[in-house]
Amino acid sequence: MGLSELWFVLIAVLFIGFFFLEGFDFGVGMATKFLARDEKERSIMVNTIGPFWDANEVWLLTGGGAIFAAFPHWYATMFSGYYLPLLVVLLALIARGVSFEFRSKVPHSRWTSSWDWAVFFGSLLPPFLLGVLFTSMLKGMPIDQEMNMSGGFSDFINVYSIWGGITVTLLCFLHGLHFLTLKTDGDIRSRAATLAKKVVYAVLGALVVFVGLTWFMTDVFQVRLVPELILVALIVVAYVLSNVFISRQREGLAFTMSGLGLSFTVLSIFVGLFPRVMISSIDKAFDLTVYNASSGSYSLKVMTFMALGILPFVLGYTIWSYYIFRKRVSDKEHLTY
Amino acid sequence: MDPLFLARLQFGVTTVYHFFFVPLSIGLVFMVALMETLYVMKKKEIYKKMTKFWGHLFLINFAVGVVTGIIQEFQFGMNWSDYSRFVGDVFGAPLAIEALLAFFMESTFIGLWIFGWDRLPKKLHLASIWLVSIGTILSGFWILTANSFMQHPVGYTMANGRAEMNDFFALITNGQQWVEFPHVISGALCTGAFFVAGISAIQILKKKKVTFYKLSLKIALVIGVIGSLGTAFSGHGQAQYLVETQPMKMAAAEGIWEDTDDPAPWSTFALIDTEKQENNYELNIPYALSFLSYSKFEGSLKGMNTLQAEYADKYDAEMGEGTNYIPPVKTTYWSFRLMVGFGMAMILLSLVGLWLWKKGKLESKVFLRFLIPAISFPFLANTFGWIMTEVGRQPWTVFGLMTTADSVSPNVSSGSILFSIIMYMAIFTVLAIVMVYLMVREVKKGPEMHEQVDESVSTDPFSKVGV
Repeated sequence: MGLSELWFVLIAVLFIGFFFLEGFDFGVGMATKFLARDEKERSIMVNTIGPFWDANEVWLLTGGGAIFAAFPHWYATMFSGYYLPLLVVLLALIARGVSFEFRSKVPHSRWTSSWDWAVFFGSLLPPFLLGVLFTSMLKGMPIDQEMNMSGGFSDFINVYSIWGGITVTLLCFLHGLHFLTLKTDGDIRSRAATLAKKVVYAVLGALVVFVGLTWFMTDVFQVRLVPELILVALIVVAYVLSNVFISRQREGLAFTMSGLGLSFTVLSIFVGLFPRVMISSIDKAFDLTVYNASSGSYSLKVMTFMALGILPFVLGYTIWSYYIFRKRVSDKEHLTY
Repeated sequence: MDPLFLARLQFGVTTVYHFFFVPLSIGLVFMVALMETLYVMKKKEIYKKMTKFWGHLFLINFAVGVVTGIIQEFQFGMNWSDYSRFVGDVFGAPLAIEALLAFFMESTFIGLWIFGWDRLPKKLHLASIWLVSIGTILSGFWILTANSFMQHPVGYTMANGRAEMNDFFALITNGQQWVEFPHVISGALCTGAFFVAGISAIQILKKKKVTFYKLSLKIALVIGVIGSLGTAFSGHGQAQYLVETQPMKMAAAEGIWEDTDDPAPWSTFALIDTEKQENNYELNIPYALSFLSYSKFEGSLKGMNTLQAEYADKYDAEMGEGTNYIPPVKTTYWSFRLMVGFGMAMILLSLVGLWLWKKGKLESKVFLRFLIPAISFPFLANTFGWIMTEVGRQPWTVFGLMTTADSVSPNVSSGSILFSIIMYMAIFTVLAIVMVYLMVREVKKGPEMHEQVDESVSTDPFSKVGV
């Protein structure tokens, strides 16, 4: 495996990490409006992700930075091409990030509920738009000879991309519900489990339709039939198992399964893309690949040393912080957010 | 409207805004870490109150700094895609390393610090805030490595129609970096120090919690002296480096059209006429520019006209004949002076503060009143410093390699950029109002209010109870 292929794998790992981790805190953010009955319950939910959401978001920033460093053309084409969707993602992440810090600073219900709306939309829009973005990347976007992408409205917004957005949002929502069963107690915990048992059907339904659409709208199954079929099977198994586990109150395992489901879904996108990173709908010759979009070998070598040197520490202290905050959150203790 | 103009406007607006919060975060978290260290060492309750009170203000600021920073990483690709293609091989690496090394550390340990008061042993809790502080400084190091490459490109070779990295070590030992990084960090220390000093001054004048705020003020003065003198010394180093590597920026910052006399005087005030390329009125300090540039009282500097001719010889073949290599002179000249002016004022204030402290007259009303507007000094100095650095580098994004005009995304319409500027401005305005409101509220609440933590419960994170 060459270094540019290795970096494709590392970027896939970073995005899998992002969706596995930030996926559940997006889901918790959505659940604040679907599951919480009052302000106190919303506070408990927000506090379950309190110590984690910021570091979870860094997986996205690192993914973006890694694309910039390892595949400058991919970064340039994607970020300039998806200008408006990314603008909305940015605005949503800005609003969401400050909301966590600000929501409980002033004890007025109007104040808190305004920021809670920001938490909700800030948690709903990014997974939806990133779903739209990755789906349309699989389908291919109008990228010219100069590697510049200038998509029209229907390139971004069509049945397939919207369905991709909805699917990713649902996967995050379910993942968030499982996280809540793991981190709360009493009434919220059981309601989260009940809702999760319903949402899993929506998830499976959305995935079936998504796989069907992908079969017709993209060349993913032609290019990588066997690996993709295996991944689809794994995704379905993961979600079915998650439902089995949640029904038996094995919340940790259910959460792991919904995380695996999300991870396999992201992986299937990267497998479908490889060795391309951006597919041109104009001409195959204009595709960006791991070979023509990458940095030089020296730069990749430096980056590889740095990444392999630093990542173990990152994983180490990340796991440690989850260990420190492993207790269930309830209103019996002081809620920081 | 021209997409280039709008993209530049957006970069200016988002970066200047973001950089209000960054230095305050770096400076304030360093001071909070210091306060918590004092608490752990001396075990005095007042230091814990201090840590919590200033820590709360830090967190409000940190949140805005983090979220406005995401824009920075995205906008190179969004607005400056040709730039990203051209230098991504070199420029992307420090950004990715910044995320890996600094962002993960900052964000994980800030979570541990905020939520860990009653879950971590004291020393681990203290270690967390120091790791956040180190994270913010490392973040500064890597982003400035990237910026230093733009000021003084090193460690690269031209291949495949772009700049490719061929010496990572050269990139991080870039001379520019080692004058720029200490300068920015000292500036950040000043920002934290004058913020704490100013707020303390207000409260001492109001006779509220005088012991608490006087102690805070003393810590702030010590950091203020270190920070402001540090900025001056590293700034001097930066000026010397500038003369060598970007003489045009120096000439513009000094409003020098023709080569100077030897020794060169430092211009404190000049009416610059950019059309006639001359200054109508000048007020100069003899010898000072020679000293600033060479650390001795002799030596002359090249003027913009000489340099324009030199650059034309060097770059016109690629850039086309008649290219103007002179940056916006007035902006560069005046932002330099404002930066230096505010910097000098901070040195003076912090030294006077130390002297009053020694004399036991720290409660001098005149001095305290000066400290209130001085909260803005480091913010202004930081901003003008960056304006001088970035505007003074024009027409280049990467000095001698790529112009700003060639850097912009060719596929993004001015409508999109304009729309995003409006959205950013709107959200920035809301954030600014909310943040100031929250900070004022926290200050009014005062330090006492944050004593809610019951230390008797579950201090041992490794106990199996309640898991």
